[in-house]
Amino acid sequence: MIAKRIIPCLDVKNGRVVKGVNFKGLADVNDPVELAAFYSASGADELVFYDITASAEGRALFTGVLTKVAATVFIPLTVGGGINTVEDFDRVLKCGADKVSVNSGAIRDPGLIAAAARRYGDQCVVLSVDAKRVDGRYHVFAKGGREDTGLDAIDWVRKGVADGAGEIVLNSIDTDGVKQGFDLEMLSAVCDAVDVPVIASGGAGGVQDFVTLFKTLPKVDAGLAASIFHFGEVAIPDLKQALAAAGVPMRLI
Amino acid sequence: MVAIVDYGVGNLFSLRSSFAAIGQQAVATADPDLLAKADRLVLPGVGAFGDAAAALRQSGLDKAVLKAAEGGKPLLGICLGMQLLLEKSFEYGEHKGLGLIPGEVRPIRQAIPEGLKVPHIGWNALALTREGRACGLFKNTKEGDRVYFVHSYWAASPAPYVLAAAEYGAPLTAAVGRGNVLGVQFHPEKSGSVGLAILRAFCETEVGG
Repeated sequence: MIAKRIIPCLDVKNGRVVKGVNFKGLADVNDPVELAAFYSASGADELVFYDITASAEGRALFTGVLTKVAATVFIPLTVGGGINTVEDFDRVLKCGADKVSVNSGAIRDPGLIAAAARRYGDQCVVLSVDAKRVDGRYHVFAKGGREDTGLDAIDWVRKGVADGAGEIVLNSIDTDGVKQGFDLEMLSAVCDAVDVPVIASGGAGGVQDFVTLFKTLPKVDAGLAASIFHFGEVAIPDLKQALAAAGVPMRLI
Repeated sequence: MVAIVDYGVGNLFSLRSSFAAIGQQAVATADPDLLAKADRLVLPGVGAFGDAAAALRQSGLDKAVLKAAEGGKPLLGICLGMQLLLEKSFEYGEHKGLGLIPGEVRPIRQAIPEGLKVPHIGWNALALTREGRACGLFKNTKEGDRVYFVHSYWAASPAPYVLAAAEYGAPLTAAVGRGNVLGVQFHPEKSGSVGLAILRAFCETEVGG
């Protein structure tokens, strides 16, 4: 059976990983290439890079970094941030990305997912959704979670998959940063709505949160997190051993 | 030298990089002379079977691949490149493959139980067959090693040609082989150290299998 995936997420600004990271043995903890190699050697099943730069110079630095990562790290790479057009897909795929994650770009241009899936295949298109509870429903938020679009998140992921998104990343704004566990209720609703892989994001505080995630929601395919990995609060080899011991299929290296 | 057959389908960056990482010179080329000179060929592929098969024929490189295969040169098809080695595919119609390995490409949906997601995407464990254990391609591979798959169609091939399978509600063909002609459904260039070890083994296979 397929292993559940553990995915560290790196935010890159002007070619550097932002948010402090603290690992022994890394000469430059803000170097995306070095961090990617570290995570790959630790057993990360995939890496997500978000480009959080707004400038053209930052974009160029990002694709330069991506090329270097793809030349040295041989696991799937997903890229997000600033993906608004099919040309943006082309730009990052040429640098070695395997999948491209769209978020606000798909809200601004409702035709983007279909156009990208037609050109590059469903497996290449990841729909990333920031969602939050509003009046008893899940609303899609744009612009990094700052703007309520009013869109219903369940309808939104259904439409995304119908258009050709091959995977969903669900980031719960309600649990993000709280470190009290993933948003199992929201994830369950999304898993029931679509039949493509669902990646859980937002809320992981420790190993047990991943165990609870995969044991409670067997339909979830992967868990994504950033700061708990970057700050060394959770070491990926320990996490994967604990999950395997709990009976969750894992790729152990 | 390893030549990656470049018939205009897909991005060869990761594949070239992975050969570089194991110290092998690899060039992506559409030049039949260079393909003839190479020690080994890799046939990549992404997208739909019909489009890729048409692109391969239009480029004329199908002949170069067939000639190399018939001459005993080691050939490795990867993902859709592996499927192209078979006789035919039923992906959006019926399309002819290279026919180097018996078998046909069918939808995964029809082979697996309801409730399992398609595409088959992620890290799955390799179960080597008797033929697979005897094949040099897997000399560095352990039973249960996980490799990265992304596919919606699978290669149904007679038992002697199946080198490995991955369990996904049904045993889906993960690798095929017939003498010097080899194919893997998964992406060795995206399968970490396990994948690189398979590419290294391919570079060490003897001519003629």
